[in-house]
Amino acid sequence: MRTAGIDIGSRTIKLVIVENGQMIHSAITDTTHDPLEQCKRLMDQVSFDKILATGYGRHFFETHFDTPTVTEIKAFARGAKALFPSCRTILDIGGQDTKAIALDERGNVSKFEMNDRCAAGTGMFLEVIAKTLGYDLDEFGKEALKADGNIQINSMCTVFAQSEVTSLLARRQKREDIARGIHMAILNRTLSLLKRVSTTPDIVFAGGVAKNPCLRLLLIDTLGYEVKVPQNPQMVGAYGAAIIAREIY
Amino acid sequence: MDIVILNRLQQLSERNLLDIAQAKREGRKVIGFYCLYSPIEIAVAAGAIPVSLCGTRNDPIEAAEKVLPRNLCPLIKSSYGYAATDTCPYFRFSDLVVGETTCDGKKKMFELLAEFRPTHILQLPQTQESDGALSFWYNEVKKFKERVEKETGVIITDERLSHAIQLTNQERKAKQSLMDLPKRNPSPISGLELLTILFKTGFFMDKRAKITLINEIVEEIQKRADQGEGPFDPKAPRILLTGVPVGLGSEKVIRLIEKAGANVVCFENCTGYRSVFTIDEKKEPLQAIAEKYLAIPCSVMSPNPGRIELLTELIKEFSVDGVVDLTWQACHTYNIESYNIETFITEKFGLPFLHLETDYSESDTEQLRVRIEAFLEMVKG
Repeated sequence: MRTAGIDIGSRTIKLVIVENGQMIHSAITDTTHDPLEQCKRLMDQVSFDKILATGYGRHFFETHFDTPTVTEIKAFARGAKALFPSCRTILDIGGQDTKAIALDERGNVSKFEMNDRCAAGTGMFLEVIAKTLGYDLDEFGKEALKADGNIQINSMCTVFAQSEVTSLLARRQKREDIARGIHMAILNRTLSLLKRVSTTPDIVFAGGVAKNPCLRLLLIDTLGYEVKVPQNPQMVGAYGAAIIAREIY
Repeated sequence: MDIVILNRLQQLSERNLLDIAQAKREGRKVIGFYCLYSPIEIAVAAGAIPVSLCGTRNDPIEAAEKVLPRNLCPLIKSSYGYAATDTCPYFRFSDLVVGETTCDGKKKMFELLAEFRPTHILQLPQTQESDGALSFWYNEVKKFKERVEKETGVIITDERLSHAIQLTNQERKAKQSLMDLPKRNPSPISGLELLTILFKTGFFMDKRAKITLINEIVEEIQKRADQGEGPFDPKAPRILLTGVPVGLGSEKVIRLIEKAGANVVCFENCTGYRSVFTIDEKKEPLQAIAEKYLAIPCSVMSPNPGRIELLTELIKEFSVDGVVDLTWQACHTYNIESYNIETFITEKFGLPFLHLETDYSESDTEQLRVRIEAFLEMVKG
């Protein structure tokens, strides 16, 4: 049986098809103002027997297509465990939220926490600040890695941080140093969430922000051990949903 | 909920306001209460009408924020907002409003609230453990009694107090039999239905009528349960809600939990089980009142072992599958105490635990929904 998982996030929608436990197809698109249309487009390109939705848009998908849903928490847990059987902790930083998930030995969720209402420290935050600094998102992490200084950023609110960055630029501070400071600020916020839940290795770092090389490196440096990053960190939730789809039908 | 019960509740709620207005015209005094720590027996003994005051809805919060800081517990803001905008009929009826020094936010808010109505503040000790605390509290209850005597012109004798205790004990017993319905498995009543009945009957002035009504509702629901009727799938997870008080208008967490297919079977809060103690009818009445009220296990007490004891009892009696701890935003005492509660629940009972911090608004509904659904996935394993 071919099962699909669709992860409807705040910034992107991800679709994964699984057959015999293997990911045979994956696709990603922007969520846009019309997520339903975007879902249909992704689904039209492939064939599958069953589908399971996750992500913040799971409920409108459920209503429209009459399919079951699963939370991002469980989907990421299952996806990360399938990719890395030794996984005990998951850090997922997506477009608008950050999740820390602890797994027991069998891979069941034993505790989780998410950031509060505000999107501070998430992908959205990175996007806004990168734009303020004149970087595209891929460049941002790479340039931050090159910095030799680190300018402390005090605001974590996206709006305040943006004006802090603007005033640092006006004071002719180096762009890379500001970029590094932003990454440090996100790291600190992420670590406090992670420490409340679990730092038991192996830690799997997933979500779009896991593609950022500076944040990956800072995380490894601070924790003092390797952090597993899937080849396709954005697909972990959709992959997990596709695996669960197989189990529940 | 059963349409017959709902209609009756609605009818009685409407008549209740007319009854209070009529009683006031006949010269009876109305005393308004906010918090469970305030002994209503004093009002009952003086022949006054004790009423619960509004503070569970989001509507008046915006108005309250003209005076109070935004970053404050919604219960405090709502209570003040209702008073400031004069939109709570029970507040309007009140000849005296009773406040108490529970948390910092409330005690400072009551200073401002006093502008709108004569207010009596009970100074609540912060601990239950020393002898000094109880004698101090006894004295506060006594001063409250004297204030009510002055306001009503009635001398509150021990005999009057004993009768009041007997009546409120019966009232609490009726409430408990209602709250005990979900002990049956599956529960014949949803958490939201239970809350609706508790909340609406909470405003009734006629305590005897209230007791009769609750007893009838209980009987009715029992009958339906015997026929195997219930609002949930028999396999629905049974959730205990602990923490801050909830009421209609601030029931969103209960609604989300039950929409996600679980059943809130027990409230370990001031709306629920903390309110159903029995006052010793053989003791000197004022002393018996002071003892029972001081023992209420709110997080303002330091330490607060009573909450752990009550949770231990309830988790067993209600065959609970998971615990949700609710904190209103900016409520330090519940927010901090949550750490101990979580440690206790997970280590002693091995139950899934979820701590939620939110306010009365709907702005975080989706974020709450994902947490609640993920928690229920943990509960189901």
